[in-house]
Amino acid sequence: MLYPDTVEAEILVHKPWFVATMFGVVLLLFMAFNMSSTSFAELMRPVIGEPSVSGFYGRFAIAFAIAVIFTLNVVLIGFAPLKFQIGIVWFELLLLFIAFFETFHLSLPFIREKLPFLISQGVVTTLYVSAISIVIASVIAVAGAVAKLSSNGFAYAIASFYTSFFRGLPLLMQVYLIYLGLPQLGFVINAVPAGILALSLCYGAYMTEIFRSGIQSIDRGQWEASRSMGFGFTLTMRRIILPQALPVIIPPTGNQFISMLKDSSLVSVIGVWELMFLARTLGQKTFQHMEMLISAAIIYWMLSICLELVQSRIERHYHRSKVR
Amino acid sequence: MSAPAIIEAKSVSKWYGQFQALKNINLIVHKGERIVICGPSGSGKSTLIRCFNRLEAHQEGDIVVNGVALHGKMTNVAAVRSNVGMVFQHFNLFPHMTVLMNCMAGPMWVKGVSEKQARKTALKFLERVRIPEQANKFPIQLSGGQQQRVAIARSLCMEPAVMLFDEPTSALDPEMVSEVLETMTGLARDGMTMVCVTHEMGFARAVADRVIFMDAGQIVEEGTPDGFFGHPRHDRTKLFLSQILKH
Ligand SMILES: Nc1ncnc2c1ncn2[C@@H]1O[C@H](COP(=O)(O)OP(=O)(O)OP(=O)(O)O)[C@@H](O)[C@H]1O
Ligand SMILES: [Mg+2]
Repeated sequence: MLYPDTVEAEILVHKPWFVATMFGVVLLLFMAFNMSSTSFAELMRPVIGEPSVSGFYGRFAIAFAIAVIFTLNVVLIGFAPLKFQIGIVWFELLLLFIAFFETFHLSLPFIREKLPFLISQGVVTTLYVSAISIVIASVIAVAGAVAKLSSNGFAYAIASFYTSFFRGLPLLMQVYLIYLGLPQLGFVINAVPAGILALSLCYGAYMTEIFRSGIQSIDRGQWEASRSMGFGFTLTMRRIILPQALPVIIPPTGNQFISMLKDSSLVSVIGVWELMFLARTLGQKTFQHMEMLISAAIIYWMLSICLELVQSRIERHYHRSKVR
Repeated sequence: MSAPAIIEAKSVSKWYGQFQALKNINLIVHKGERIVICGPSGSGKSTLIRCFNRLEAHQEGDIVVNGVALHGKMTNVAAVRSNVGMVFQHFNLFPHMTVLMNCMAGPMWVKGVSEKQARKTALKFLERVRIPEQANKFPIQLSGGQQQRVAIARSLCMEPAVMLFDEPTSALDPEMVSEVLETMTGLARDGMTMVCVTHEMGFARAVADRVIFMDAGQIVEEGTPDGFFGHPRHDRTKLFLSQILKH
């Protein structure tokens, strides 16, 4: 939440000029589209007659109807309490998306037939590859951040070389380098471990920087108080500094986790049967690409939502000591 | 004085780069003694007391605290620090822990005291600084004066041999100063060895065994409160006293 002012502002969506502007913009926008072949035009048939021959009058009537519905909707939502507003706007946006997917005329039986395999093989692989990578990346991040802040030349050099290298190369290239490059050195590595290694190293590099800035955001006085009580370095880090840095670290780290979940699709290039790989291949034989891709998209989204929920939970937990 | 020395500083000098912050400091603090250090801003008061628990490193001379010499290669600095309580100008409480946990952390994590015992000790000292009812709040929910008293209790829980105070009241509103000073006076009465950097002259008069005046990294003058305030010898001391007493 932004800093809440205690003076109540007038509700924006109830100001006449705003309502009028919104109405005008929506009207013009939909006048610009030719909506005469949509199902909405079919609904307007009693007013405008045969949609395809209704001409300018038809266009205007359709745009006008949409503008009225839209504006009325927004104004009414303006009256609702906050929680309700959030819920209803989410719901409406979701409906629009479903309507959009509807236009692909997806074959539901095909989805229903392939979905179990998509989940039992694809989702499971995606999840465990991401989960293991997230854990390893976090461990790397803590170590990397400490090394980058240390006064040890070796540690600093290695850590800064590492972050520079792995943030500098495209993840796809890192996946290839590890999968195809390591065998050159005599380490034969399977596709799944190679994918996990690439993801961990890449995200560990980004997260090193997040952790470093989080640790640096803590006041020197905390170190001094902690050290002056006789706490050692590790104890200070673990019990005093990191817990305070977490509220700073968690939002960008949540971002990284969500991003990693989707970037795990890059390991499909080395033949790991994760969600993206299956989404691309399952529909190929029967040319039903869209079915699988959209199913996968929705699954990715739902997984991300789960991570978002976890993140907001944790943020709320660490919010406690900040409010009076 | 026959009491053993808790802090012994011999010819201590310290540099920040080219700048010499401490020049040939000699000071002995005996057990049970209360010492007030004052002096103009930048004179090295904080630097000196921070050398006593090695938050700062000195380059020349010797500092012996509780029988342990402080130097760069020492391995038991934590043992020394857990015997030296320090109270900071800005409290530096741990904001993510409750008041009670702030006080329990030291004994539990450094001394390995059981949780039950640590809680008992913490409550005892929170009682002593007269805020046991705030035990389960977070530091930010307390006033400045209360926070500083918690900081004092937190240090006391380690049962230190000496307490160092670095301008404990100068970040506080006037009406909160007295509650902190009262707490400190109480400590002094109970025989705690204390080294206080402060400009609270009333406190110095009432409590101090010795007042030390520093300027430009040196100890310029030291004496009993009566002698120091009544008959300052050096011009710099007179100037300083006239400046702070003007207000
Ligand atoms: N980390 C540092 N690096 C460089 N110079 C420093 C550092 N810390 C302190 N100094 C310098 O050392 C001198 C003594 O500083 P110190 O903080 O001990 O003064 P002080 O007597 O406590 O002053 P104040 O009353 O303002 O707290 C000052 O001139 C200051 O500029
Ligand atoms: Mg100071």
